[in-house]
Amino acid sequence: MKKLSVILSLIPAIGCLMVINRVEPYVLGLPFVLFWQVSWVILTSVFLLLAYKVDPDNKEESES
Amino acid sequence: MNISIVIIGSFLVLAIILGLFARKGQDMDMEQWAVGGRSFGTIFIFVLLAGEIFTTFTFLGATGFTFSSGMSAIYVFNCFFFIVAYWILPPIWKYSKEQKLLSQSDFYVKKYDSTTLGVIVAIISIIAIIPYLIVQLKGLGIIVSEASYGAISPNVAIFIGVLSVTFYVIISGIRGSAWTAIIKDIMILAVIVFMGIYLPMHYYGGFESMFKAIDKEKIDFLTLPDSGLSTTWFITTTIMLGVSYYMWPHMHTSVYASKSAKSIRWTAATMPIYSTILIFALFIGFAATLQVTDLGGASTDLVLFKFAKMSFDPWLVGFIGAAGALAALVPSSLLLTSAATIVANNVYKVWKPKTTDQQLANITRIFVPIIAIVALYGTFNGGKTISTLYLMAYSLMAQLFPALFFSLFKKNPVTLPGAIVGMVSGVAMVAYLTITNTTIGDLFPSFPQVLKDFDVGLVVVILNIVITLAVSAFTRNYKAVSKAEREESVVRNESLEVVKE
Repeated sequence: MKKLSVILSLIPAIGCLMVINRVEPYVLGLPFVLFWQVSWVILTSVFLLLAYKVDPDNKEESES
Repeated sequence: MNISIVIIGSFLVLAIILGLFARKGQDMDMEQWAVGGRSFGTIFIFVLLAGEIFTTFTFLGATGFTFSSGMSAIYVFNCFFFIVAYWILPPIWKYSKEQKLLSQSDFYVKKYDSTTLGVIVAIISIIAIIPYLIVQLKGLGIIVSEASYGAISPNVAIFIGVLSVTFYVIISGIRGSAWTAIIKDIMILAVIVFMGIYLPMHYYGGFESMFKAIDKEKIDFLTLPDSGLSTTWFITTTIMLGVSYYMWPHMHTSVYASKSAKSIRWTAATMPIYSTILIFALFIGFAATLQVTDLGGASTDLVLFKFAKMSFDPWLVGFIGAAGALAALVPSSLLLTSAATIVANNVYKVWKPKTTDQQLANITRIFVPIIAIVALYGTFNGGKTISTLYLMAYSLMAQLFPALFFSLFKKNPVTLPGAIVGMVSGVAMVAYLTITNTTIGDLFPSFPQVLKDFDVGLVVVILNIVITLAVSAFTRNYKAVSKAEREESVVRNESLEVVKE
């Protein structure tokens, strides 16, 4: 489970560094490069919350 | 007296009252003052760690940088901050609780069993903190002067701000910062979201039409350029900022103040959502691009207020100014608290080891106004090199990362000599490269553009890691030898005692 939480947290680290440097298509009114970066920031939260859920350290702390 | 001064003054008084109220019912010993008695729950930890996202530098700098450099400003969306926080901060907190650490230098002292390393870390941290404080104070001067329509000069604003912060830091320590951080974040969020939505709607009719108008007028403004602030620059700067962000002393004390590792993990996981609000700061900068045509030779940092004064009534400009002033004062209070703790705990106490805890608590409070005066002197006498100093400060803090990172391993591969040599050589390289304004392209002109755009701070961190590990490999016996020497010295002293008797 610890390995799974590490993998989950590393996905957005790779994603946010893969810049797609183009203006079009506009998504939600934003140039694509900006939409892509903001999406990865939001996905970072999603993946870290998933990592938080499966992280055995949190369960140990709750029990203690 | 104009309405904006009344509004700014009212919020400053409110911040001071909150800062003083924070100590109510608390016995302010050293642990309470410096790390809040290690009792902060998720909300306080969130505003202390996530609140660092919204300082005067992001308030003025993000809009100004977008205005001048376009899409390169996306570096403010940094996923690495949060991933590093999720994995590195909980073990730091756990160790700080076990060892009852008060400052970031204490961490290195205990991990490497060396007060000398603690003094070196303290000196590097203070050298980095002063320019960071100066940036906040310069920002405060700009904000209050602009928001009061020039009625209050920047220097008067800075002096009043420093006096207020020093006052409540001496009395309430980190608790004062935590309480004022809550009101600061609420105000900043309200201002940035409102301006970020209203201005594009008012001047362009919407976001997409704004970006299309900019793309038509300014070719390539909405993408990263091929050289300079390029994709390579973005990736390497993102990593460099990610590793140095949590090396700051005030970040460490915020972590130490937590009551559990779980609340730190929860904060790290939810902070990215909070940081997306920075997109509204970028919208303000983009909206200003085609509207604020004449800055009158002033710094791009003034864009937000020039645009606000063009668009809003004085009372609203006053509210924006009050939010900006708090964005400068709250980080300043945290910086003062952690800087005073480091100087007292890791420099003064090493010099005078017989200092009692009560004396140390009093001396720490004496260092608060002393550090504030040094920062004031730098603010009033510093030239235009503040942004250079700011980047140098971040690069300096990054040099503390290798020794900390490897110390979290079950078997630390870094020895004390390795940590010291790596740190000192890293700091020397950063100082040289910053003072001479040298880039990778200057050092290696024949390199391909991809390598020339590398963030110089990250290159130095990589060299620092290589030096640290190489020196550690040559001094691997240091730990065993020094431990044996200490034991031998104890035995020798005991033998002498016996002989005397």
